[in-house]
Amino acid sequence: MPLTPVNSTDMKKFTKAITFFLAIVAPLLIITVALRAPKADHSKLEALRQEYPKEHKSGVDHSKMEILQKDFNNPHEMTAACLTCHTERGTELLHSAHFKWEREEFIPGRGVTYLGKKNLINNFCTGVQSNEGSCMKCHAGYGWNDKTFDFTNPFNIDCIVCHDNTGTYKKASGGAGYPEMGPDGPDFKKILASMGQPKSENCGNCHFGGGGGNNVKHGDLEIALLTAGRDVDVHMGVDGAHMNCVDCHTAENHVMKGRYYGVSSTNTQRLNCEDCHTEFPHQKNILNEHSIKVGCQTCHIPIYAKVNATKMYWDWATATRKKDGKEYELLDADGNIVYTSIKGDFVWEKNVKPEYFWFNGTADHHLITDKVDTLSGMLKINTLFGEYRDRNSKIVPMKVHRGRQPYDTEHLTIIQAKLWDKEKGKGALWLDLDWERSIEEGMAYIPLPYSGNYAFIETEMYMPVNHMVSPASQAVTCKECHTRNDGRLATLTDFYMPGRDRNRFIDLAGQLTLLLSFIGIFAHASIRYMAARKRKTAQIQ
Amino acid sequence: MSKHKKVYVYQGFERFWHWNQALLIFLLAFTGFEIHSSYEFFGFETAVDIHNKAAWGFIILIVFAIFWHITTGEWKQYIPTTQNLKAQAEFYLFGIFRNAPHPTKKTIISKLNPLQRLVYLGLKLLVIPVMVISGLLFMFYRYPQGDSIAMINIDNLEIIALVHTAGAFVLLSFVVVHLYLITTGHTVTSNLQAMITGWEELEDEDDSPEHDVNSEKTDTNTSGS
Ligand code: HEM
Repeated sequence: MPLTPVNSTDMKKFTKAITFFLAIVAPLLIITVALRAPKADHSKLEALRQEYPKEHKSGVDHSKMEILQKDFNNPHEMTAACLTCHTERGTELLHSAHFKWEREEFIPGRGVTYLGKKNLINNFCTGVQSNEGSCMKCHAGYGWNDKTFDFTNPFNIDCIVCHDNTGTYKKASGGAGYPEMGPDGPDFKKILASMGQPKSENCGNCHFGGGGGNNVKHGDLEIALLTAGRDVDVHMGVDGAHMNCVDCHTAENHVMKGRYYGVSSTNTQRLNCEDCHTEFPHQKNILNEHSIKVGCQTCHIPIYAKVNATKMYWDWATATRKKDGKEYELLDADGNIVYTSIKGDFVWEKNVKPEYFWFNGTADHHLITDKVDTLSGMLKINTLFGEYRDRNSKIVPMKVHRGRQPYDTEHLTIIQAKLWDKEKGKGALWLDLDWERSIEEGMAYIPLPYSGNYAFIETEMYMPVNHMVSPASQAVTCKECHTRNDGRLATLTDFYMPGRDRNRFIDLAGQLTLLLSFIGIFAHASIRYMAARKRKTAQIQ
Repeated sequence: MSKHKKVYVYQGFERFWHWNQALLIFLLAFTGFEIHSSYEFFGFETAVDIHNKAAWGFIILIVFAIFWHITTGEWKQYIPTTQNLKAQAEFYLFGIFRNAPHPTKKTIISKLNPLQRLVYLGLKLLVIPVMVISGLLFMFYRYPQGDSIAMINIDNLEIIALVHTAGAFVLLSFVVVHLYLITTGHTVTSNLQAMITGWEELEDEDDSPEHDVNSEKTDTNTSGS
């Protein structure tokens, strides 16, 4: 049957509709579906939540090991005993950073370097060289007293400092890593019987005390973490997951995950929040999207040093002052030392807002042989690389520790002073309070030339803050960064951020356009109104 | 005086589209400028939330509107013409004060005066697409996220943001002027009523001396807004 004309137009309309549905609506629907936000995935985290609270049960009871029952004369024998069963662990340790205090790393511009606590300058006690006897209280070894220490002897490894589960093992002060032995020392039978996975206390013995006291160095690593709640640290909080350091800082063959850029230089072996939380941890996709450019820590660690204060400034230049011919100390109201003759002036802060920087996981360090740039008036102890345009960079929170350190005004190198010795009169600053002598001794030890002239230069050291993650409810809010003035990211000016930035010209032009529109409307309406009134009166007349 | 007749000018969908678009643009502008830190009202987070949701609503509405314009042939309403353009401008600048007649007559096949044709076409072809595209790039400047290879990976958001902001000012200025111009119809409220009810009193077509069915060619007509 032939279609009536009306039907044919209807038909045409219908095919048109179908065509446009296929041409426009369908592709848009497909694109919308394709662009839909990835769903938050918490399955991995849930699995970990089930796992972490379980007490780790060791498959071995060391109290039943015959070889551990005897009375040991020195700690090297204990290590030898460990290695009879754990045959390969010695070699592992000999290659580990915890023992060598250096790593082989590639730094652009320097090539392959061997850097670590062994030879780097830091912004706290400056460096270990010539001070080993004291510093090595935190070395996973026995007897690193000076340059003669044998790094190839596995019996020089200290297994116990990390694996003691009694919490009673202590290395002696000024003992080059040796514990007290004999009647004054701890009960080694008990300690050896307890051997197991490191607890947070083991790590904390050294890592909480970096820089010479609790929380001095990091600000986010301190003894309070052992007892604090979720509000201080969601991971370690005793009322929460109560995790151990090694739950995150996992190790394979004694190589631990996690990097500290006071000593590290490469973007490797890092520990990332995403490892457990995945890349899409938020329900709100706009927050997941932030992680393209913003590290998790930036929002989730709004403040650090939440319980005890941390050192923010250390002025070595004021050290060696005396009162009535004697060294002295000053304390603040909280009991923090704010001046001591042996170290100089300190500034402490609590509940510190981090500073923020772009960071791509690579760093350089000011080596003791590098020239000091006196023109800039500022020496960066370490340089953490990153910028907005670098796709590997993210904004991360950092503690910046500032201070003043001595440098050689002729050779223009930073100075390693001798700080410690067992006895007075050997040039140790902390005993003799004589800069001149301590510098000579320190530089001669390395050995590096010293011109005889020194001065102090401002120094900065950058340390990403990774711990003391707050509960989500306390995370940094949008407005703390997306605000015109004084936001948390005010100093990061190499990119555009909505709410903070604007183009003054566009804003001005836009506002003017709006203003002119209003003025025009007002003028037009007024004339219209007056003209209408005039007409009315004219009509009436 | 010419005769007037009630005519159904704005169909149901047209009015639905128009008012939703008005609401969405208002919402987008209001929340957008809060995101821009021009003022604080909802709070930044809520403003972003509303802006993003309204943006998707706007996009969906636009898809339907395009479909409607094409299938009904209504897109022809926006074909620009220079005829009467000057006269229309002169009307707004001078004639309106003397109560002069509208130079273009509004009919169902030609609802827009030549100035409106130009401005609305500019909005549809330039300003709104620029807003949508820059807005979408704002949302998807790196896509997909995560470690997978990105199809979209824009390094500098600044240009996008500046285009989006400039467009927002243009659109906002349009809305302001538009709100005023709807009062310049046959009576102060006749345009508004027409967009609400769909019905408007128009000059009787049979009465019109120069009326032509081929709306694209001839004097297109109208009143206001
Ligand atoms: C479909 C259309 C639109 C989309 C997809 C869209 C999307 C966006 C997005 C994603 C942002 C960034 C907000 C953020 O940082 O989270 C934004 C900002 C903004 N939007 Fe829209 N938008 C659209 C339409 C509009 C309209 C119609 C206006 C105003 C009339 C507008 C005004 C603004 C303003 C002023 C900003 C702040 C720009 C800045 O300061 O950087 N947007 N928009």
